[in-house]
Amino acid sequence: MSNNYFEVIRSGINTTFQDKGRPNLYHLGIPFSGAMDNRNYLLVNKLVANDLNNPVLEFAYQGPHLKYIGEKISFAITGDVSFKIKSKTSEIDGNCYETYEINDGDEIDIFSTNKSVYGYLSLSGKFDVTYQWGSCSTNTKSKIGSNNGKKLQNQQIIEISKINKNFNKKRINYVNTKIEKIRVIKGTNFDYFSEIAINNFFKKEFKVSKLSDRMGMRLEGTQLENIYNSNIKSEGLIKGVIQVTGDGNPIIMLSDHGTIGGYPKIAVTISADYDRLVQLPSGSKIKFQQIELSDAETLFKMYEMDTQNLLNQI
Amino acid sequence: MIKNILNLGDAALYCDFGQDINKETNSYVIKYFNKIQKLEIKSINNITPSYNKLIISFDLNKIRFNELKNLIEKIQIDDEDTLKKKVIEIPICCEEPYSLDFSRLEEKLKLNKEQILKNFFKKKFFCYMTGFIAGMPFLGDLDENMRIQRLETPRVKVPKGSIGITEQFANIYTFESPGGWNIIGNTPIEVFDNSKEKEPNLINPGDTVIFKEITREQYLNYEQ
Repeated sequence: MSNNYFEVIRSGINTTFQDKGRPNLYHLGIPFSGAMDNRNYLLVNKLVANDLNNPVLEFAYQGPHLKYIGEKISFAITGDVSFKIKSKTSEIDGNCYETYEINDGDEIDIFSTNKSVYGYLSLSGKFDVTYQWGSCSTNTKSKIGSNNGKKLQNQQIIEISKINKNFNKKRINYVNTKIEKIRVIKGTNFDYFSEIAINNFFKKEFKVSKLSDRMGMRLEGTQLENIYNSNIKSEGLIKGVIQVTGDGNPIIMLSDHGTIGGYPKIAVTISADYDRLVQLPSGSKIKFQQIELSDAETLFKMYEMDTQNLLNQI
Repeated sequence: MIKNILNLGDAALYCDFGQDINKETNSYVIKYFNKIQKLEIKSINNITPSYNKLIISFDLNKIRFNELKNLIEKIQIDDEDTLKKKVIEIPICCEEPYSLDFSRLEEKLKLNKEQILKNFFKKKFFCYMTGFIAGMPFLGDLDENMRIQRLETPRVKVPKGSIGITEQFANIYTFESPGGWNIIGNTPIEVFDNSKEKEPNLINPGDTVIFKEITREQYLNYEQ
């Protein structure tokens, strides 16, 4: 066993190792996976001077409570997260987007994400993870990736394989903004739906269901009437696709989604809005707004420039 | 051939090969898939073949829809792009407790168990695609008299190795998963092996699958 490790006092609700995910495997039925909120994933690695594809811990709602054993190391947390750093002599409230040093015996207690879902923890070093198809990302449904394809368990050990000793403290000012209007492009089965259904889709509010997870975000609200067929011949899916199931409720495909599906696609979330979409906790109210492809491309370019500017500030 | 290319969102191409679902259409989908995969276009991050569609998703930081669409439209499939086909035999046991839906099958198909098994085992299945869950093959086509709708209420857990049928298709649940297909039997062999990075799937699009009936005793003593 490595000399540096965390003891997991409390695992949190759904804490997994993630990186950029596994491309080019959909044809085998293997999901993409990877960190849900890519911007916060990149920022947490940059803060601790890691390679941007380094493994991080992703947690949802309640995060883990970890006890550190080993030589001095730094860590950072991104997202909108409440956490404490406890040592033998002190207990402080931590700030996101700021690095902290911890020593042997110190604890990080991540109680919760605030009005959001996902948070990220990274170290000035590397978690000892296993790779499958070039990625450490854990997919609990397919039992693929680090930690034997499982989420973090209480009392387990997280080993650290490498520590970067030349490390300087870093912080940036950044506040996550909450999205209320999800911008979408018309889906390939848009005309399967009645005029009333389309009108409702863009005018009415939808509520994020409790049954949402890394695979999909289920929405509740007005049932969308399908006038053509509530099934299509199964075909490929991508993240952000909004399918409407037989009962008329929309479901948005997220990073661990099944690779093919047979429900009509009413719309697709634009790439620029994906990071903020996944951060909507259950109970959030959202609306959809239709835009054109060229606008979506421009918005993505702007979003990526913002992310780059943030990374460059670190 | 590709009939039409639309955008699926801002970062994917939706290539439509036509309405019909048959081996010929699907063979074109697979040929395109193989050809595009061989080109190793760096901006592409997934190519998903299905019965009659090919979805190509890409990195919006590297390329845009129109540019990639132009690239894909120029691709020609020639006769040399043949399919590599394998014939795979899958042993299955259709006795209790593996044949979960036999009474439903007998009732809905109006055939007895013997007739259902005879129809099922005489068939050479064609693998149209793999997916939904890792390694799950979609096989066809069942004869008209063997076609049945999905369960009205899908199972929360279908046991690993289950063979399901619905409409003209059969599939294999590569691991325990929710699902609504009618379960006819179960195979003791691993159809998806995630320890194999290179070829984790036993069955791939274009392959032929033959099912071989085994007894419960053979099932229990089966060695991989």
